[in-house]
Amino acid sequence: MSTHTSTSAGPRRTVVTGVGVIAPGGTDSRAFWTLLTEGRTATRRISFFDPAQFRSQIAAECDFDPAAAGLDAQEIHRNDRFIQLALAAAAEAVTDSGLDLPAGAPDGGYGVGVSLGSAVGATTRLEDEYVAVSNSGRDWLVDPAYASSFLYHALVPSSLAGEVARRFGARGPAAVVSTGCTSGIDAIGRGHQLIQDGAADVVIAGATDAPISPISIACFDAIRATSARNDDPEHASRPFDATRDGFVMGEGAAVLVLEEWEHARRRGAHVYCEVTGYASRSNAYHMTGLRPDGVEMAEAITSALRQARTPATAVSYVNAHGSGTKQNDRHETAAFKRSLGSHAYQVPVSSIKSMVGHSLGAIGAIECAACALAIEHSVVPPTANWENRDPDCDLDYVPKTARDQRIDVALSVGSGFGGFQSAILLERATVTR
Amino acid sequence: MSAPGQSAVITGIGVVAPSGIGAEAHWSSTLRGEVKVAPVTRFATPTPAAVLAGTAAPAAVLAGEVDGFQPEDHLDPRLIVQTDRWSWLALTAAGLALDDAGYRPSDHDPYDTAAILASGSGGNEFGQREIGRLWSQGRRAVGAYQSIAWFYAASTGQISILHGLKGPSGVIVSGEAGGLDCLGEARRAIRRGTRAVVAGATEAAVAPYAMTCYATSGMLTAGTRPEEGYRPFSRHADGYAPGEGGALFVVEDAAAAHERGHRGYGRIAGYAATHDAHHDRRPAPGPDPLVQAMRRALDDAGLTPGNVDVVFADGMGTREHDLLEARALGEVFGDRLAHLPVTAPHSLVGRLCAGTPALNVATALLAMRDGVVPPVGNLTDPDPAYGLHLITGEPRGMPTNVIMINARGYGGFNSCLILTSTP
Repeated sequence: MSTHTSTSAGPRRTVVTGVGVIAPGGTDSRAFWTLLTEGRTATRRISFFDPAQFRSQIAAECDFDPAAAGLDAQEIHRNDRFIQLALAAAAEAVTDSGLDLPAGAPDGGYGVGVSLGSAVGATTRLEDEYVAVSNSGRDWLVDPAYASSFLYHALVPSSLAGEVARRFGARGPAAVVSTGCTSGIDAIGRGHQLIQDGAADVVIAGATDAPISPISIACFDAIRATSARNDDPEHASRPFDATRDGFVMGEGAAVLVLEEWEHARRRGAHVYCEVTGYASRSNAYHMTGLRPDGVEMAEAITSALRQARTPATAVSYVNAHGSGTKQNDRHETAAFKRSLGSHAYQVPVSSIKSMVGHSLGAIGAIECAACALAIEHSVVPPTANWENRDPDCDLDYVPKTARDQRIDVALSVGSGFGGFQSAILLERATVTR
Repeated sequence: MSAPGQSAVITGIGVVAPSGIGAEAHWSSTLRGEVKVAPVTRFATPTPAAVLAGTAAPAAVLAGEVDGFQPEDHLDPRLIVQTDRWSWLALTAAGLALDDAGYRPSDHDPYDTAAILASGSGGNEFGQREIGRLWSQGRRAVGAYQSIAWFYAASTGQISILHGLKGPSGVIVSGEAGGLDCLGEARRAIRRGTRAVVAGATEAAVAPYAMTCYATSGMLTAGTRPEEGYRPFSRHADGYAPGEGGALFVVEDAAAAHERGHRGYGRIAGYAATHDAHHDRRPAPGPDPLVQAMRRALDDAGLTPGNVDVVFADGMGTREHDLLEARALGEVFGDRLAHLPVTAPHSLVGRLCAGTPALNVATALLAMRDGVVPPVGNLTDPDPAYGLHLITGEPRGMPTNVIMINARGYGGFNSCLILTSTP
C-alpha cells in the first residue's frame, strides 16, 4: 500500500501552488486582487431580492455566471449557488496549479484530497424550495409533490465536497468543514494536516458560501449583527472604524491547491507560499458573544506560531477577521496585542471585509487567498472605509490605500459563531526551514 | 497540554438512539433484536394508501424515532429554547459519554479538551419553523436563536460552552461517513497534543421538510411496514428508512486515560477515507474506492485482513450498494470472505445519516466488551448471492479483538475505522 512517505528527512511540508477566487467585485483571482489593491468596495444594495422589509438591506454580491465559469447544465441545475461558486473557484485554482486533474492525479486519484468549508451550505436553495412546498410558509406539513428532485443534494452540505471530488477525480479523503465563520481557515488548516499526515499529496482546499437570502438576512437582523447603513452601502463595511455598526453580508468562494513540498518541487510547480502553522481554539463562552480580552484567539495565534517555529516579531502582515462589529474588532485587537506583544503596533493589520463583505464560512479561505497573493505581489491590502479612530482599536489598520511591502510571514485569523477562533500562518517558501 | 501521544482510546460512550437512551439500553435492545423502525409519529405523513392511489406524493412514512426523549430530563430549559432537537440529542449524548468515561473537563486545562462532531444536515426542525415564520409573518417573526440553532456547528459550539472545552474543536460534514470521519479527526487532534475529544454524531431529520428532502434522494424504501423499513443484504432490500439519534464518545489519549486508571473500551487503531469521485448520487462503477478505504485503514493499523474478527458493514440497503460492498469485502478478504463474520445491526433503528456509523462504533465497543456480536438487524431472508457470512438470528459469541466498521455517504464518501481491544 502507498503510504505517501516523504522522500526527504523531516516532517512533510505544505505549499500553495494554485489560487482561485470568486468574490464580489470580480470573478477570478486577478479581478479580486485588483479590487483589493485599489481599495474599492463591492458592497451595494441587495439586488437578489427586494430587501425593503429588512433592517439591513446591503450585501456584497458576486456578479457570477455559472455557465460562463464553465459549469455544465447539470452541475448548474442540481447545485445551489454555494457549490457553483466553489466549482468555479476550484477550476481556476487547479488550472493555476498546472496539475492535470483528473488525468494526472497522483496515486490514481487517491493522493488527492478535498477539504472545503461552508457555514450555511445550500440555505438559499432550501429556502426557495420551502416557499413552494409549504405554500409560503403557511403549511407545516409540506407537500412533497412540490419538491424538486435535488432537494436532498441541497439538504446535505457534504454535496460540496462530493461535487468537487467528482469534477477533479479526487479519490482521497473528502469532507466539508463547517465551523461557522472559521470554516475557511479550518478547511485549509485541515488540508494542511492531511498533507502533513501523509493522507494526501494534493488537497483541494478552500471554502464557499452564498448566504444572501431572506432567511439569512432576517436571522442576522434579529440579533442586529449586520450594518444598517442602508443609505451608503459602499461605505457600510467599516472594520476597526469608530463608527462601525456591524458586518455586511457577502458571498463567494476561494480554493487553494495545497501540495506536499517535494511533490510540487519535482514537477517544478510555481509556489505561492507555504502553510507553516494552523491552530483552532474555542472560547467556550457564548455562541455569539466575545469577551473583550481575546484570550482564546491569542492562544490559537501563539500555537500556530509555535508550530511554525516563527517568532511573533517575524509576522509581516496580519489579515484580520475584522468583521466590523463593535465587539469583534475590539476582541481581535486585544488578541493581537496579547499574542504579538509590542509587535502588534508595528505590523500592518487589515480587513478585506471592508471591500468584499463577510461571506460567512467562505471568507476565511478568501482571506487566505488574499494572503497568498499579498506574499506573491509584495502588497498589503488596505482596510477600506477606515476614517475614525476607536480608542479600543489602536493598531495600524492600513487605511484606504494598499501598501507596497515585502511580506514574508502573513497571519490570518477568524472568529465564528459557536466560539471558534482560528489562526493560520502563510510564509514565503524557502528551501530550509 | 498533555504530551503528544500516538494512541487514541475510547473511554466513554453516550448513546441517544431509537434503540435507547444510554449505552446499556441501546445494547440490550440491540441484543434483543428490537425493530425500532416504525410509522412516523412526530408529524402526519401521507398514508400509504393515498400514495398508492396517486392522491399524495411519495414521502417517508417510516423512520426510527427516539421514543420517550424529553429534553427537560437532560437539559436546562434556557438551553432547550436556543437549540434544535438535533442539539438536544447531541448535548444529552455528550453528557452521557463524559459521565461514562468519568472524565470531567474541569479537572484539566480547558485547552486539553475539544469537541469534534459530524453533522449531516444540522437543525432541521428549527430551521423549517423559522423560514416558515419569515415567509408567512415577516422578518420580525424570526427569532434571535435562528442565527445559532440550525447551522451545522451549533451542537459542537453548545457542547464546548456547556462543558468548558477550549481545545481544537471541529465539525465534519461528509454524509453518513462523517460518523467515522469525526473519530479520525479526534485521533488526529490527540496525536497533535489534545488530551481528550468529545466526538461522534447525532442527527434529527424526522421533520416534515427534511423528510421531504430525504424522499428525493432515491434511497428510501417504498416499504410501509416496520419489517420492510431497512433490511440490508436481504432478498427484498429496496432502500432504507431514515432515523434520528446516534452516539457521542470520549476519545482520549491512551497514556492520559491510563493515568486516570482507564484503559478504554477499545482503541482507534486504524482509519482511512476515500471518495468515489464518480457521480452525484450513484455509487462508483466498481468497488475500488471502498476497497482502498479498507486496505488503507488496515495498513494504518498495522494489521492485515487476516487479523479482522468481524466486520460491521455499511449495508446501505439497496441491492446495488450492498452488492458493491460485498464485492469490496471479497477483494479485501479473498478466500476468508466465506467465513468472515459480517453484521449490520444498525438496520434495526433506520439509517441515521452520520449517526449510524457512530452508533455502530458504540455497538462494536460493547460487543468487544462482552465478546458477543449482534446479528444484522431486521434480516429474515438473507440473499446468498452476496456471498457473505452474515450473522443472522441470535447474537453470537466470538473473538472481538479487531473490528472493522465501514461507512458510506450519499454522493460517494467511503470511510473505514478499525477498533482493537485494549489490553
